[in-house]
Amino acid sequence: MSYAGGDYDVIVIGAGHAGVEAALASARMGCRTLMITINLDMVAFMPCNPSIGGPAKGHVVREIDALGGEMGRNIDRTFIQMRMLNTAKGPAVHALRAQADKFSYQHTMKETMEKEPNLTMRQGMVEELIVEDGHCVGVITKTGTEYRGKSIVLTTGTYLRGKVIMGELAYESGPNNQQPSIKLAENLREHGFDLVRFKTGTPPRVHRDTIDFSKTEIQPGDSKPKFFSYETVSSTNTNDQLPCWLTYTSVDTQQIITENLHRAPMFSGIIEGTGPRYCPSIEDKIVRFSDKPRHQIFLEPEGRNTAEYYVQGLSTSMPEDVQLAMLRSIPGLEKVEMMRNGYAIEYDAMVPTQLYPSLETKKMPGLFTAGQINGTSGYEEAAGQGVMAGINAARKVQGKEPIVLNRSQGYIGVLIDDLVTKGTNEPYRLLTSRAEYRLLLRHDNADLRLTPIGHEIGLIKDDRYERFLTKKNTVELEIERLSVEKAKPKEVNALLEQSDSTQIQDGTNMLMLLRRPEVSYSVIEQLAPSPYELTDEMKEQVEIQIKYAGYIEKQLIHVERLQKMEKKKIPDTIEYSEIHGLAIEARQKLANIRPISIGQASRISGVTPADISVLLVYLEHYNRVTAARG
Amino acid sequence: MLISDTIAAIATAVGEAGIAVIRVSGPEAIPEVDRIFKSRIKLSDAESHTVHYGHIINPQTKEEVEEVLVTVMRAPRSFTMENVVEVSVHGGVISVTRVMGILLQQNIRLAEPGEFTKRAFLNGRIDLSQAEAVIDLIRSKSDRAFSIALKQVKGDLSQQIKKQRFTLIETMAHIEVNIDYPEHDVDSLTSSFIKDKCSEVMEGITKLLKTAEEGKILREGITTAIIGRPNVGKSSLLNTLAHDNKAIVTDIPGTTRDVIEEFVTINNIPLKLLDTAGIRETLDIVEKIGVERSKNAVNEADLILLVFDASQPLHEDELVLMEQIRGRQCIVIMNKIDLPSMIDMDIVKRYFNEESIVRMSVKAQEGIDALENAISQLFFSGNLESNDLTYVSNVRHIALLNKAKQSLQDAYDAADQFIPIDMIQIDVRLAWEQLGEIIGDTAGDSLLDQIFSQFCLGK
Repeated sequence: MSYAGGDYDVIVIGAGHAGVEAALASARMGCRTLMITINLDMVAFMPCNPSIGGPAKGHVVREIDALGGEMGRNIDRTFIQMRMLNTAKGPAVHALRAQADKFSYQHTMKETMEKEPNLTMRQGMVEELIVEDGHCVGVITKTGTEYRGKSIVLTTGTYLRGKVIMGELAYESGPNNQQPSIKLAENLREHGFDLVRFKTGTPPRVHRDTIDFSKTEIQPGDSKPKFFSYETVSSTNTNDQLPCWLTYTSVDTQQIITENLHRAPMFSGIIEGTGPRYCPSIEDKIVRFSDKPRHQIFLEPEGRNTAEYYVQGLSTSMPEDVQLAMLRSIPGLEKVEMMRNGYAIEYDAMVPTQLYPSLETKKMPGLFTAGQINGTSGYEEAAGQGVMAGINAARKVQGKEPIVLNRSQGYIGVLIDDLVTKGTNEPYRLLTSRAEYRLLLRHDNADLRLTPIGHEIGLIKDDRYERFLTKKNTVELEIERLSVEKAKPKEVNALLEQSDSTQIQDGTNMLMLLRRPEVSYSVIEQLAPSPYELTDEMKEQVEIQIKYAGYIEKQLIHVERLQKMEKKKIPDTIEYSEIHGLAIEARQKLANIRPISIGQASRISGVTPADISVLLVYLEHYNRVTAARG
Repeated sequence: MLISDTIAAIATAVGEAGIAVIRVSGPEAIPEVDRIFKSRIKLSDAESHTVHYGHIINPQTKEEVEEVLVTVMRAPRSFTMENVVEVSVHGGVISVTRVMGILLQQNIRLAEPGEFTKRAFLNGRIDLSQAEAVIDLIRSKSDRAFSIALKQVKGDLSQQIKKQRFTLIETMAHIEVNIDYPEHDVDSLTSSFIKDKCSEVMEGITKLLKTAEEGKILREGITTAIIGRPNVGKSSLLNTLAHDNKAIVTDIPGTTRDVIEEFVTINNIPLKLLDTAGIRETLDIVEKIGVERSKNAVNEADLILLVFDASQPLHEDELVLMEQIRGRQCIVIMNKIDLPSMIDMDIVKRYFNEESIVRMSVKAQEGIDALENAISQLFFSGNLESNDLTYVSNVRHIALLNKAKQSLQDAYDAADQFIPIDMIQIDVRLAWEQLGEIIGDTAGDSLLDQIFSQFCLGK
């Protein structure tokens, strides 16, 4: 027996990092939103490492925040350590990384969601989609409740036909012994979706009081930390940070693993799913890099009010007894007590080329998917897709065009474009090297890139937008000022001499002076104080934009040219089989991916420049004929 | 490929007498040519549809390279409806190659096959009814270019480039790991490490450039195979053609091919003559090798000169040869007409029409003009296409090698000034892509593969 559970604008299934962002974005954009999840205690749960950020991932968190998402704010409230990585490198790859109090992170997020007026939260296991005329119009839960919605967002994480594996043992389960979602996976298959089997894993957790920290190196946080959210000004966590600890595997660890390899499911054949290369298990690392004498192990606290420590670097699906032996072979962990064992988990994921760049499925209008179900790994990657899926699900309800970020606008754009255009044959992790325009996609300028969009779609409130505009304008005015203000050789050269810098000539302006690697904005400020009121953030922006102008300009020129290809839209009505002159491979790939623009088409592997030329000529013909018909 | 960058191509058939025209089209056509054009007037100040006398200069040395006439046509009043500059240079391979080489080292790329026509169509210059024809043109030209490119990437050049690219991608992977895994215990990168790697690859490129410059002229021209049975007069014909005409280069020392190559221009048409038997005839078992070699030469030739001894009856091998080259561009030479004719012309005429048969006596120096005219006829009638794709791609390779070298120099200089590694990486990556363009491999995914196979990363 089923009964009607209610009508909503947007229904989000799942409450992981993708689900919460999707639900919050949709609700905040004015849509009546329902979020259903198997266990409401698991909202925004971190089943693996207790940290957020790092290169590319941290950039995504900044982008989510710039668009009006929640992850940045939430981690700023709940971090136990904050570190800026890569500070010796260029500003584009500076990357903020936080250790989270994973329990506090969850509770804080849940509280935020509970307070959201347009958002309803329900515990329940969705087993079936309601499909009418090919459109997804709702879901049915295990208890028989039928919820109706105009847009549905699926964020199933690793729950779809989840299977936990450890040594010889394998059982159906979601992460952390949660119930897996079996019937929904079957239902998706019945509707004709292509699913693949992926695998990921997590290391054991150990008890703090059984670690001998004297044998490890301390890894403290920054004393003056920066924050993820543009809204966070200060935090009480700053003066109350917990360190992480570094140790290494030993020769014994290697030997234990080698002797027990026959019991490792990766090698015995129990695991069928494809695991990620960038995050191999320890047994994998020892086999593939046998000449490496030791591997790093970071010990990371899981929260303030828990003694559990996460053993980063020791992801494993070895049997429990081997895991314990491995742990105790590591300096500092000789007497360690294991609280939870590590495990591998296999799950079903969608082949992401079944999606439009809006994250709506091509096969079933009204159905969106986001997060690990799309073949990614990582909380940040999930949240980035979640916020976009939430935005586009809401915009569909509102009858508006989807928002698609391109590759020069953000890592979120790179991530989604890669997924829907190229697909992935392993769990996809963002890396800064995946971005062509790394220098444009900086940690510091996420707001300049995305906050205007966040404001336009209604996720960034007016007061925050005003503050943003003030920042932007002040930075522009200051750069303008420096480009006209001449430096006086007399004053300047005395200062330059101190830093062994070449002397300047008459007519040099402040901007040229600031371009010198050895001259910082603070020097300029001393020489020629600004008439404007600049915050530290603004000063940083002025310095970066001037110092790296040459490289930035080069990338901008390229982007501008590519933009023309992104702007050439391909109508969805086009029939690739009718275009003579396309190579067979290109025709098949184009018909499968159905790119929205010439730009996207050109990134499909197997589509050659000649095919793009043919397509352009055909489109021109098509457009002229359509125009002539009126 | 971008749809709105500036492109260039040789608009006239290579080797045509008098002048050759290079067409440059795109938004930046005028300023880009201006940079390498020395004249009394700046092209950016020139009115549309005016012609200007001046010199193309080498932008580095400021040296005058070629005397040229330059025509400026501003958008939309041009063939492509973009800004167009046409550079007219003295005819012949050398001038046009030089100018093209300099153009491609600016922010100008070699046009894709059919690209001018494509742009003309996209910009509304060509009638809607022509769309299919435009598509056919793009397709056929691209397919041909592709097959030629395939042939080229198999060679030594491609091996050398792969080697340099491997050094670069290893370095790139090293840089990327430092950026994406800042806490990972890999060797930290020093600027001297990056400088060393850049220098190493730059040296490799310099060597490649030297070979390419030397080989530039050698590899160009219409590949012409002289085939026929032993002792029909092939070598004498080759010598006669080489001596009567301006031989650009004779012989290639150290060639591994069993073929002698001669470069000649006949009525300004550059020919690369392959003598398929040559010197070895006297050393080896004549019949067997003669036929084998002919087969190979025939396969790579644009034009075939099939020589018969008219004073001998047709030989079985000759029937095989005729069968083999059926349908190819061919001129049949009846040699030794000073002797009594024994050949059965009826059989020959089953394979070839009268116009393609030239009667001559190499020994008596009779009929040489007739042969030269026949070659010109074929060429200018358009039946014989100079393989200008091969020829221009060599210029393109040189331009790309130079660009890659410049990118590495930029990376080197940046490392020298302690610019952050992620910015240095921009130029290293650019060099890697530019080298990749030469061999048709620019896939970015291989960097990730390299990172994960070179380093042990994970959580």
